[in-house]
Amino acid sequence: MNDREDAHAGGRVGIWLFISTEIILFGGLFLLYSMYRLKNPVDFHAGSLELNRVLGTLNTVILITCSLTVALGIAALERGRPKQSAWFVAATIACAFGFLIVKAFEWTAKFHHGLYPNAPVLLSLPKGENLFFGLYYMMTGLHGIHVLVGIGVLSVMLVRVLRGTITPGNPIYLVNSGLYWHLVDMIWIFLFPLFYLIT
Amino acid sequence: MPEQVTHTGEYVPYFLHKGKYPGALSWLLATDHKRIGLLYMVCIATFFSTAVVIGVIMRINMLPGHAILTPQQYNAAFTLHGIIMVFLVVIPAVPTIFGNFFLPILIGGRDMIFPRLNLFTWYLFVFGAVLAMVSVFFGGGAVDTGWTFYVPFSLKTTVNVPLAVFAVFILGMSSILTGINIVTTVHQLRAPGMGFFKMPLSVWGFYATAWVQILATPIIGITMLLVVMERLFGIGVFDPSKGGDPLLYQHLFWIYSHPAVYIMILPAMGVISDIFPVFSRKNIYGYKMIAFSSLAIASVGSLVWGHHMYVSGQSDTAGIIFSFLTFLVAVPSAIKVFNWLATMYKGSIQVEPPFLYALSFIFLFSIGGLTGLFLGALSPNVQLHNTYFVVGHFHYVIFGGMGFGLAAAIHYWFPKMTGKMYNKPTSVVAWLIVFVGFNIFYFPMFILGWEGMPRRYCDYLPQFTTLHQVASIGSFIMVAGLVLVAINLARGLVAGAKAEANPWGGATLEWTLPSPPGHEDFEEIPVITRGPYEFDKKETGV
Amino acid sequence: MDAHATREMPNAGPQGPGMRSYVLVWGALILLTATTVAVAGFNFQKIAIIVCLGIAAIKSTLVLFFFMHLRYERRLIIKLLMPIAIATLAIFIGLTFSDVITR
Repeated sequence: MNDREDAHAGGRVGIWLFISTEIILFGGLFLLYSMYRLKNPVDFHAGSLELNRVLGTLNTVILITCSLTVALGIAALERGRPKQSAWFVAATIACAFGFLIVKAFEWTAKFHHGLYPNAPVLLSLPKGENLFFGLYYMMTGLHGIHVLVGIGVLSVMLVRVLRGTITPGNPIYLVNSGLYWHLVDMIWIFLFPLFYLIT
Repeated sequence: MPEQVTHTGEYVPYFLHKGKYPGALSWLLATDHKRIGLLYMVCIATFFSTAVVIGVIMRINMLPGHAILTPQQYNAAFTLHGIIMVFLVVIPAVPTIFGNFFLPILIGGRDMIFPRLNLFTWYLFVFGAVLAMVSVFFGGGAVDTGWTFYVPFSLKTTVNVPLAVFAVFILGMSSILTGINIVTTVHQLRAPGMGFFKMPLSVWGFYATAWVQILATPIIGITMLLVVMERLFGIGVFDPSKGGDPLLYQHLFWIYSHPAVYIMILPAMGVISDIFPVFSRKNIYGYKMIAFSSLAIASVGSLVWGHHMYVSGQSDTAGIIFSFLTFLVAVPSAIKVFNWLATMYKGSIQVEPPFLYALSFIFLFSIGGLTGLFLGALSPNVQLHNTYFVVGHFHYVIFGGMGFGLAAAIHYWFPKMTGKMYNKPTSVVAWLIVFVGFNIFYFPMFILGWEGMPRRYCDYLPQFTTLHQVASIGSFIMVAGLVLVAINLARGLVAGAKAEANPWGGATLEWTLPSPPGHEDFEEIPVITRGPYEFDKKETGV
Repeated sequence: MDAHATREMPNAGPQGPGMRSYVLVWGALILLTATTVAVAGFNFQKIAIIVCLGIAAIKSTLVLFFFMHLRYERRLIIKLLMPIAIATLAIFIGLTFSDVITR
């Protein structure tokens, strides 16, 4: 087997395995969500009404867009255009920040209304709604941490593209970072309808 | 470029090799899979000894008139004993010590595919252990919930649960990354000619285990995080007063922790599968069945977790489903036992220490496995749940199974790793003492549990006294045997006779290297033309 | 010998679909997002969750196949990973359901 092909394929297998573990990690939370939604359909609906559907949709569009930009960034690099690649990666990071800003805005708005874990207002609501918000914070919070980590990883990749240590001949770290980023996008693709679109 | 290895001994053993870094750094920054295996071994030996000492203290406490611990201390003792044994010893031991050291060699590769990630997993492991230790002494003190951290008690008890469960989270990360390294290495770095069905069965064991590490461990990760969030922020997912369901904690916990026991046993079974052919001078019986049974145990074993919860409030329907699946998972294990026995049948048996450990493994694991069927059946479980029967069962499968398998691996691979041979007569004596002590210690627990002695209790009704005394005495005998094992191995390390490259006459690739190997395992990657247990076709060298 | 991909290799050339395809996929994802929001607005009760999750599954498949190159992947183990992970989750959730709904 080609030695270099070997090394790249190995890295790819590794990152895909890591992606599977992340799916299972969030899966545990999806498990809790499914059970509690089954038992509290009305309360979950009520909770969902409290969330801002416009901001949720905006965040979905932002993440889809930065999935596009990171894919374009890798494609640009593979076509021998590192400068263009760097712009796309930078755009991805900017979008990611945008996502976090919207999220922070949403969360602080909820805190203002007394809808945070263990708050008296929240505890006075039906129990199912308390669970809804508990899961909301837990799942979007864990997702947000992954976005933050993604920003860190992509920033390192951006520096490497600019410095020339990631090149068209050796794109593997950028490719793997992109795969991680798409995972982050995919998780949100499921979080969005589960929290914002309950009818 | 390091010295090339030759069989005349003109080379530098891997533990003396001078690389980029001097002194201690050459170990702390090692990426050589053999050195990382040793790093893990030193830590795990330390943790094991600590947990054994805690266990001895517990057994002294259970002797009449010897209550040296307060009830609170006893709770902390069995919790710590469990956490250390489960997360710091039994789950990591065989994969991180012997998987790291031998997997690349067994498949004819140069190292694990991600050597720096490998070193990182060791740092995570040590970090997790440090956090667990710190949690004993700070922030409210040692956890008293049992290693299972059941809610609601773990949410209310004032001891340092958050730090302890966060330590488990970190250890889980280490395990996941090790699993990723192993699966990728097996897929990418096998030598030319080594198809999946020419790999030694120990590699199949590591491979199947790694899949469980990858697919199950994230669940314990998220569960531990949820406990931390519950304690810090009162989210309510496990709190009935806020709508939560405590039984969902148990579901999440056991979804990992049951497959975890297969993480414990599969590598050990893999090593046993390597050992029997060598000491029977005969090819393994039913290679493919053993390989597939490893995968079957890994997959079916991930479907049975509800058998821990028959009497916790789980529905009867679910109980029936889980019980049925539990009985199913016994089948692939039985297949392995049958194949090992068939391997020995009409073989030319060499009675050496690894073989003795492997043989006693079958005996002890079978008792453990069969008693698991008692527990897996719904009606007996009502009587036996949370009694000493359970304690006896899991010590037979984990200690009698994985523990003896680990000892077999140590005694089998010791000459390869150290270049020395231990004193064999002494090791046989030590084995016998451990074996006898083990059975005196743990067998009475089945009777105690059957008669109603609850587990995790520091005191008991008078009718249980005699058996507790017997068990405690058995534990002292067993520990004396363990000490003798350790002393014998230490003496072998320091002053043992020089070991040849292939003292047991094995046909797998590690025996083609000198004892101990040099920094680079193979001068040249071998081309594989035969199976791992073909003794009649074996040529000298590869 | 380092198993890490730190060595240069001649330009491996573009992998996967072209840049235009990426933009098309992005367009499809936006469209599907709009659809799912619209469906949710119609108050279809039970059907809505199935439709919304179904659309989420389609969006994920698009991301997996095109952005993550799963459609062009040659390594069998990588192609099997998503089905394995999803099957694992389905089993965990399914067996837990068997308890929760029959209590």
